[in-house]
Amino acid sequence: MTAPLIRIDAVERIFGGGRTLFGRMKPGVHAVQNVSLDIYPGETLGIVGESGCGKSTLARILIGLDAPTGGTVRFKGEDIAAITRKDFNRVARRIQYVFQDPVSSLNPRKTVRAILEAPLKRLRGLGRREREARLNELLDAVNLRTEFLERYPHEFSGGQAQRIAIARALAAGPDLIVLDEPVSALDVSVQAQVLNLLEDLKGRFGLTYVFISHDLSVVESVSDRVAVMYFGRIAEIGPSRSIFADPHHHYTRLLLDTAPAPGRPLHAPGTEGDLPDPYDPPKGCAFAARCPAADELCRSERPGLDAAVANEGHSAACFHPPGKAAAGRHSRNEKT
Amino acid sequence: MSGVISTRRASDRPDAVRLMLNNRLATGGLVVLVAMVTLALLTPLLPLHDPNATSPADRLMRPLSEGHLLGTDALGRDIFSRLVWGLRVTLAVGLSATLIAAFVGSAVGLVAGYAGGRTDNVLMRGIDMLMAFPYILLALAIVAVLGPGLINALYAIAVVNIPFFARNIRGVTLGLARRDFVDAARLSGKSHARILSTEILPNVAPVIVVTMSTTVGWMILETAGLSFLGLGAQPPQADLGSMLGDGRRVLFNAPHVALIPGIAIFLLVMSINLFGDGVRDVLDPRLKSGALTRPIGRTAIDRSATDAPIAKSGNVLDVSGLKAQFDVGSRTLHAVDGVDLSLAPGETLGIVGESGSGKSVTAMAIMGLVPTPPGRIAGGAIQLNGEDLLAATDERIRQLRGGAVSHVFQDPLSTLHPLFTVGDQIVEAIRAHQPLNHRKARERARELLALVRIPNAQSRLDAYPHELSGGMRQRVVIAMALANDAGLLIADEPTTALDVTVQAQILTLINRLRRDKGASILFITHDFGVVSAICDRVAVMYAGRIVETGTTAQILNDPAHPYTRKLIDCVPVLGKPDRRLDAIEGLPPPADDLPDGCAFAPRCPYARPDCRKDDVPLFDLGDERGARCLFPLAGHAS
Repeated sequence: MTAPLIRIDAVERIFGGGRTLFGRMKPGVHAVQNVSLDIYPGETLGIVGESGCGKSTLARILIGLDAPTGGTVRFKGEDIAAITRKDFNRVARRIQYVFQDPVSSLNPRKTVRAILEAPLKRLRGLGRREREARLNELLDAVNLRTEFLERYPHEFSGGQAQRIAIARALAAGPDLIVLDEPVSALDVSVQAQVLNLLEDLKGRFGLTYVFISHDLSVVESVSDRVAVMYFGRIAEIGPSRSIFADPHHHYTRLLLDTAPAPGRPLHAPGTEGDLPDPYDPPKGCAFAARCPAADELCRSERPGLDAAVANEGHSAACFHPPGKAAAGRHSRNEKT
Repeated sequence: MSGVISTRRASDRPDAVRLMLNNRLATGGLVVLVAMVTLALLTPLLPLHDPNATSPADRLMRPLSEGHLLGTDALGRDIFSRLVWGLRVTLAVGLSATLIAAFVGSAVGLVAGYAGGRTDNVLMRGIDMLMAFPYILLALAIVAVLGPGLINALYAIAVVNIPFFARNIRGVTLGLARRDFVDAARLSGKSHARILSTEILPNVAPVIVVTMSTTVGWMILETAGLSFLGLGAQPPQADLGSMLGDGRRVLFNAPHVALIPGIAIFLLVMSINLFGDGVRDVLDPRLKSGALTRPIGRTAIDRSATDAPIAKSGNVLDVSGLKAQFDVGSRTLHAVDGVDLSLAPGETLGIVGESGSGKSVTAMAIMGLVPTPPGRIAGGAIQLNGEDLLAATDERIRQLRGGAVSHVFQDPLSTLHPLFTVGDQIVEAIRAHQPLNHRKARERARELLALVRIPNAQSRLDAYPHELSGGMRQRVVIAMALANDAGLLIADEPTTALDVTVQAQILTLINRLRRDKGASILFITHDFGVVSAICDRVAVMYAGRIVETGTTAQILNDPAHPYTRKLIDCVPVLGKPDRRLDAIEGLPPPADDLPDGCAFAPRCPYARPDCRKDDVPLFDLGDERGARCLFPLAGHAS
């Protein structure tokens, strides 16, 4: 296998914590815990999970906007946290980010030209003439007309604004773009336009994507590999096809079963329940309280990501992975 | 400033200057202020007496005396001359102090709000210390240290007013610094200093101007105050405050000496304050967006345009030809443009569409919940169980809301009041419609929470909304909606903000409640997956109209309208990852500029010239199906 572009090694991020003035421990929340994964050049890695599972925190760590409290993220062998301390822009030239809400990610008082020129000037150091040429290329790449350059963000629809945000990320000439729920704020008809555009850009510019979403069907349609996160940890990781056809974690199974799809009857989870209290995390598997297969082992001991290995590169943190029998229910995928 | 504002909204909103001139008081203030400033600027050119030339022989002359328009003071100096020269000094000192305070205070506020953490703490505690002293005491102390004199008084007043700016600007910056565009600017390679000056400052600038306009009058007053105490302008220099101070000594035998500078100060400060209020009203984004104008309790109805109610149908809800419009500036947005709906007892009707299609406005219009201004119902008829809702009194509508008809909205956190326990809120909902005492109502609230499957219902009654998860909150809202056995439940994207596993639970709950209680549900969503889970029939909306109706199975398996087909095909489906998404090119038409003919024609791959000519009616395709299309897809020839 080729060398990974990014190697995330045992990353942990605790918010709060530390001690008070009088030495008492302050409560801390583990937003991300012991996450290890590799991102290979040219792939799209999907990260799925529900709100509060730590996927956005992980994304911010990837681009250096946040630093891990433990573990390292290496880009081509170099520690990102160490680089950003010295020179933030070195990371920004290689890794870019697209935000969920296009409207709030564009400064309302800046024209599109000013927004797109910033990375060309600050990161690429281009002169006036070269910038003008690049601006036209960028707008062309995201299918926007050049007269939009002098307009302000509020004059654009959500889909157009998101394309401007994508053009800004491309302007830095990155290897990797982290897409944090890039289509969740968009209408469905526009969603498809943006997803298709992302697919085209990836081939054209040789990009690698980290695609974060709560929407399984979107992640399935764009990803080569998928990591499912639950309560700050990776519950399951593997090739997209393998995960969606044969999930080895009960949480992935639950997500697949409850995702609404046209022409499919409603499937409600048998056990109800909420996420565990982040200030008082359970000792064993975080999903045990909602899991139909949980037993004493699950509640007392935390399964590692190697607890269930389905095949090459597909593994799940589950002591009792749902078997093929259970997966049979999933054959609807072929039927529909 | 007005340049920034007017370029932003030049097209569809009255520009800043016009807004300003509409405010009569502010305009009056502006006129007086301009007159005084002009006078002060022209002073050196005017044929005036030397303001400092004493002439003991002419002391204390009355106003309108010969050669001295406003008389003379105790040293025989011409009061008019001293007044305009003094006005010059007072204005210069007041404005410079304002500029200095604005500059330093805004810089402190920007840095504190942007940096946060320890920097913020240190800077703001310093500001707090400044604020802890009474301002006049602080100014006195500063002047005492630096010595009396106009320049020192200026510094003192500037320092005293720094906290106003620092605190205001910090608050605004704090909100802006956490916005995505600041992170985006970081990733564009901008340094912190550049982000502050080019990203945040332009957004904060209106607040700085507003703060300046409201404090400058105050600062002029303080300048005059210090001079009055003899700490500002030193004799013989004239300034309004020192003139007032001089006049005090001869107040009883020559009141005009004190009265005239007093009136001048009053006029100056009053005009500045009136003008400043006008500037604030124009620039304050909250006032501008109309957020502070409260909409009235019920949507306005154009009674002349509404239709006579239709004959009784046995349906829970009948809507026919409903039109709802928004008047924004000179434009009229046709949000809902002739919608027909009917809902049978126990039925769930899904309204599907994208944002701006008019689906929410349709739902809100039923109980008159569209905010007025700017919205109004411009035509059609709405009947609930045969009762004409558009003709009903406001009191009757109030009874029906939350009684026979209840609503569930998208975001439960903004629907629930943050300061009351969920128990209290449910009890309030019950007692608004039923004559129950508090204990019985509370008992009923507990039953309702149990009904929506909230574990430990008894103890959850005393929970505040923020203590519950998103799914639990939405259950509470549903419990409130069920409190009075509503026959019609209007649910506007009730699960869109929730995670999929929670969404499945809530949908199951709504489905079960419908079966048990026999209520009809109007379910608004953009997601065909959700539609197929819960709806019996579907109405697809586009550009304010229903473009297709039919049963859920018919619409999903065999859509007749190209828009429906496209809308289904552009969404990825679980289990079919390899399908290239069939995006709909282009954008929906703006609601104030709908095209002739079919509104979808510009985006439709099958559009023919006929589609762009006349309005397309909703063709009956039999089997309770209808499609607003001249050339429906294969198998639906009309």
